[in-house]
Amino acid sequence: MARTVIPFGPQHPVLPEPIHLSLVVEDEKVVEALPTLGYVHRGLELLACKRDYNQMIQIVERVCGICSMIHSLCYCQGIEEMMGLEVPRRARMLRTVWSELHRMHSHLLWLGLFADSFGFEALFMQLWKIRERIMDLNEATTGNRVIVSVNVVGGVRADLDEGQIRWIKDTLVEVEADLKKLQSTIMNDSTVCRRTKGIGVLTKQAAYELGAAGPMLRGSGVAQDMRQLKYAGFDEIAFEPISEPDGDCWARSTVRWRETLQSIDLVRQALDRLDGTDLTVKVKGKPEGEVITRVEQPRGECLYYIKGNGDKFLERVRIRTPTFANIPPLAAILPGLDFADVPVVVLSIDPCISCTER
Amino acid sequence: MSFLKTSQIKSPWLMHFDCGSCNGCDIETLACLTPVYDVERFGIINVGNPRHADVLVVTGTVNPRNAEILKNIYSQMPDPKLVIAVGACGCSGGVFREAPNVLGGVDKVIPVDVYVPGCPAKPEAIMDAVVTGLGKLKGILEAS
Repeated sequence: MARTVIPFGPQHPVLPEPIHLSLVVEDEKVVEALPTLGYVHRGLELLACKRDYNQMIQIVERVCGICSMIHSLCYCQGIEEMMGLEVPRRARMLRTVWSELHRMHSHLLWLGLFADSFGFEALFMQLWKIRERIMDLNEATTGNRVIVSVNVVGGVRADLDEGQIRWIKDTLVEVEADLKKLQSTIMNDSTVCRRTKGIGVLTKQAAYELGAAGPMLRGSGVAQDMRQLKYAGFDEIAFEPISEPDGDCWARSTVRWRETLQSIDLVRQALDRLDGTDLTVKVKGKPEGEVITRVEQPRGECLYYIKGNGDKFLERVRIRTPTFANIPPLAAILPGLDFADVPVVVLSIDPCISCTER
Repeated sequence: MSFLKTSQIKSPWLMHFDCGSCNGCDIETLACLTPVYDVERFGIINVGNPRHADVLVVTGTVNPRNAEILKNIYSQMPDPKLVIAVGACGCSGGVFREAPNVLGGVDKVIPVDVYVPGCPAKPEAIMDAVVTGLGKLKGILEAS
């Protein structure tokens, strides 16, 4: 059988973002997949020498618009550790609330796009309808829907009053009820199962060796989550990482589904622990030294390396994102697939090209 | 006006191209299609092929690599066409205008008809931009 090369992207209706895959196919089977990156590269790590360490928060928030809150959380944690700042408890809990709301909206967004990738448009619309409730929470409590920009060095800039806390809790009850209605469709529906079960299997050993991150890793049976490091408010909140043993697309979608429901519980726990009034600590001096911080993004482990030299401009900010870590596992599972399954498998890693390339 | 021209204004077909955006504007553009905003009720349909599109919605900054793709997509669209630059990055480069691999806004590469400010632009603003742009398209069609 002769080999054919089929280009996938950089502009493709399934994937909103520009990535190019050269798919080498024999008949209907993919034998090789060669990714080409660079369409979204902005070189924003180098902006550290043009913006001071406070202005860098606005830059790192825009590494990726979907998990922006968690990027700035990671960056602020690093600067705070470097400068020896103790963040007030209320601020840590508020960071947890917004980061978990972000995780929920990111996972619902992904579940919707995933449903769309195998042609289940009704499910896509239902999930995005529920997601808008979370966006409303973000907008009402912080002033913006997507890039909430709540983190500052030393704390947060917005607060929740009693009325807002009650409203968030009431909304989450409704969101949970709406989500539970869709649970059997996402996990047991025959069309969903036939397009996802046993497709794109990544074994536990391969996931570990190829350095997969986040739901990709947990979907292969490795229960590793950076929230176990107990950053922000997770030191007081009961948390267990979620994992599924199968390693196929179904397992990855189930991990994200269960994490969405888990985040509702985490937001409630954090809201119950809001006390005190301080939102920030006073910041003195300039960042000096080097630090590595890690947080769990919706897509997996995110690592920041920050180096300061006592100046207001940082010497180096290095960002390692989970989506970049998930490209080698993707290239490993694509060969041998049917051509029609490629969009499903590509989406199952939750690709985010803007944080892959920065 | 002929039937074809009338339907181009009543039911514009829209194509979205992410040109190095941070995803914030992309998901807001996508949110326009979902039940809460639902632009399909106005006859606006999202298509994947530039040869079918009347309106090109571009989000994000331009870098040397995706500039070629953007030019290519623009040249494949049939005339008359409309380009909407969404978000601060699409308008001017936004926070990334000083970044080493960024050329600037979308108008450095292709002519832009409507600019939508905001970081990210809200779905209402994007819908408003499409309506504003259609007014311009109507003028072009009537003159032709």
